[in-house]
Amino acid sequence: MEDIGARILAGDHQVQYGQNQRTKIKALVVDDNMINQALHRTLLRNLGIENHVVGNGREAVDVHCSGRRFDLILMDLDMPVMNGIEATKKLRAMGIQSTIAGVSSRSVDENIQEFWEAGLDDYQQKPLNFPKLVSILQKVNHSV
Amino acid sequence: MEVGQMQRQWLDYTKSLFLEGFLDGQFLQLQQLQDESNPDFVVEVVSLFFEDSEKLLNDLTSALGQQSVDFKRVDAHVHQLKGSSSSIGAQRVKNACIALRNYCEEQNIEGCIGCLQQVKHEYNMVKNKLENLFRLEQQIVAAGGSIPMTELGF
Repeated sequence: MEDIGARILAGDHQVQYGQNQRTKIKALVVDDNMINQALHRTLLRNLGIENHVVGNGREAVDVHCSGRRFDLILMDLDMPVMNGIEATKKLRAMGIQSTIAGVSSRSVDENIQEFWEAGLDDYQQKPLNFPKLVSILQKVNHSV
Repeated sequence: MEVGQMQRQWLDYTKSLFLEGFLDGQFLQLQQLQDESNPDFVVEVVSLFFEDSEKLLNDLTSALGQQSVDFKRVDAHVHQLKGSSSSIGAQRVKNACIALRNYCEEQNIEGCIGCLQQVKHEYNMVKNKLENLFRLEQQIVAAGGSIPMTELGF
């Protein structure tokens, strides 16, 4: 493996930026709505973030059971089969420490307390856009 | 029509859609996400919105036509339509959905039915406007021009 640390010390900031903030972040989009799937995946891709999309909370748990891990999970709330609250609880119970950001069309005062308590690190009201995604990513960078 | 003229027409038409409140900043966000690697992004997402909305409007019509209306079901459909319309920036559809949800909370059937007509009306209007916009874009591209996104100046 390359010694990234040495290159950063030598002043190669491009490496630092590229490794920590862009290419290295892997994201999982959990949303049942195809419009939001397309929007979230394109927002992430335009920031150079590799991403995988699933359609409900059960699939998000399954993909983790198969061993895949992500730095960031964008979690919808209202979904069929398993909603965002149950999925977040299950993932935390499995020891998943990824940054989980709740992203739903409910406003912050529309009883999302239970969602936060399930183990969220952040919450943004839909529709997601660049400023909201960048604010979520700052939380990822702090925990990486 | 020459390309320059079509491009000016596109700019005026796009601006009018924002000024008249049919579209909001979220639609601009979709336009900004479209690039060479993803040239049909806006049309693709808006087509998904059309499909989704038509299904939800049918579901809503049938849910409100039942003998005893299941308001929870109505609310779930409206919630989805509100989410889809806000994701593409169809502001007037979104606002009509918010009004419909309020009637739904009050369990006011007459109010819900009247409001559903308003949602359908707003949906048909924005659909028509977006189809005009896309047609104009196709004509510009077919004539060898490009869409003057940066000249929108937002």
